[in-house]
Amino acid sequence: MTESDRRHDWPGATLARVPYWVYQDEANYQAELRRIFEGPVWNYVCLESDLERPGDYRTTFVGEMPVIVVRGEDRAVHAFENRCAHRGALIALDDCGTAKHFQCVYHAWSYDLQGNLIGVAFEKGAHGRGGMPESFCKAEHGPRKLRTAILCGLVFASLSADAPPIEQYLGAEVQGRIARVLRKPVRVLGRFTQALPNNWKLYVENVKDTYHASLLHAFFGTFRITRLTQGGGVLVSPDGGHHASYTIDRPDDALSTEYREQGLRSENQGYRLADPSLLDSVDEFGDGIQLQILTVFPNFVLQQIQNCLAVRQIVPKGPRAMELHWTYLGFADDTAEMRRRRLKQANLVGPAGYVSMEDGCVGGFVQRGAAAASTEVSVVNMGGDGAESQETRATEASVRGFWKAYRRYMGQ
Amino acid sequence: MLSAEYARAIDDDRLEDWPEFFLDPCLYKITSADNYRRGLEAGLVYADSKGMLQDRVAALREANIYERQAYRHLVGLPAILGEADGVVHAETPFLVVRIMRDGIMDLFATGRYVDALVHEGGSLRFRERIVVCDSHRVDTLLAIPL
Repeated sequence: MTESDRRHDWPGATLARVPYWVYQDEANYQAELRRIFEGPVWNYVCLESDLERPGDYRTTFVGEMPVIVVRGEDRAVHAFENRCAHRGALIALDDCGTAKHFQCVYHAWSYDLQGNLIGVAFEKGAHGRGGMPESFCKAEHGPRKLRTAILCGLVFASLSADAPPIEQYLGAEVQGRIARVLRKPVRVLGRFTQALPNNWKLYVENVKDTYHASLLHAFFGTFRITRLTQGGGVLVSPDGGHHASYTIDRPDDALSTEYREQGLRSENQGYRLADPSLLDSVDEFGDGIQLQILTVFPNFVLQQIQNCLAVRQIVPKGPRAMELHWTYLGFADDTAEMRRRRLKQANLVGPAGYVSMEDGCVGGFVQRGAAAASTEVSVVNMGGDGAESQETRATEASVRGFWKAYRRYMGQ
Repeated sequence: MLSAEYARAIDDDRLEDWPEFFLDPCLYKITSADNYRRGLEAGLVYADSKGMLQDRVAALREANIYERQAYRHLVGLPAILGEADGVVHAETPFLVVRIMRDGIMDLFATGRYVDALVHEGGSLRFRERIVVCDSHRVDTLLAIPL
């Protein structure tokens, strides 16, 4: 086998081995954009509450395709490619706004709120000269439209007619875990973008990885927010692409010595908070699950860390970079006290998060560690080599689930 | 001058001195201009007591994992916006360069400090310092306070 063959080779059908070239190869990345993001999946694009009134829109990305998501006059949510059908310019130039219709700044071609081309400046020419040919038919031109689906106040979009209905795509278990958290109208508390120097899949794996949480993140381990010795487990959707990990504290975990016995850095006995009020939490969901991290393939994360709620959108930017779009959330009916609790707990997450900070840099550590390893493989054997739900988080089942779904979409 | 000493403490890695610039209680928040303008209250860092500031420093020293890095602040002239009930309101622009252990330097953050200052015990301290970053974008992570 030649060097270049190995560079696109999967070591057999096992889910427990991942070759490093998948995080590096440009041609493979382009195939991902076409077969995954632009394929039969549902991409998270925005919150329904971002589009309150007809004409309200947000711009975002599906893979690398710029898209406009807009509330129509019909109150339905529409999504279409943010590309003028004329010469390809962006139609909408800002993050969000309100429009009666869209007009491209370049030659003033206009679109309705569903992305239909409705106006061409000087279509009939000027003073009887110029203009578009008779044969030009506006209905035959327009940016590509995406299907939309709204679930629990989340807007998803798909370029493919083959994506199954969103409920079927998610499956009942994962849908139930989304509904568990997003059970009433949300209120945005803040938005941030984190630019990460790594392939998008390294971040997705990190979110799905229940094994690392209390080992990398000393905050989790030391303050017992989530530890492998607590109760809970990980749900993996049947096709592997989605997951929900959950932590339920056990009364005896306060006495457990397994971290200390293994000399693990992440339980730091001497470490105390001067102001522990950011750990004050209430069981607002009423089920004892103090932490739930959920992913929807390919680009969405829903986070509940005690009372700290957020959604995160993964936006690939080439094989070696990505952006993470954070939206911090509360509920519209939060008391001032609950809102303040969420703002303080948010110190755990985001680019400066006591926990999430480390997830920001660890992807880059892998990208750099594997710089010369395109023909080598990584080992994903915690918890065996399957991708099924387990009643433990000392497993990489949800990571293997991601690869199961990925290889199916990629035909690899 | 206060902002110069504040920046120097951080840039010199005397992070343990950083909480001493604040009263207790206080508010230290890092946010973006977009969030600030829209009244969205979340911060990347949100500390409302001196203890929380001390905890930030302790976490950096003992718990968090991040690659070795340093800052260089360039702090502009404060604009004094007014004084009421013994509280001075000021805005001070800043740039922060981040220098990574491999030597790569980046313009990491720019923005303005929106401050409420109070004279206490013979010195001027922050009752509030809201770090309003011009950009909502952070490269990789934000470990050291701004």
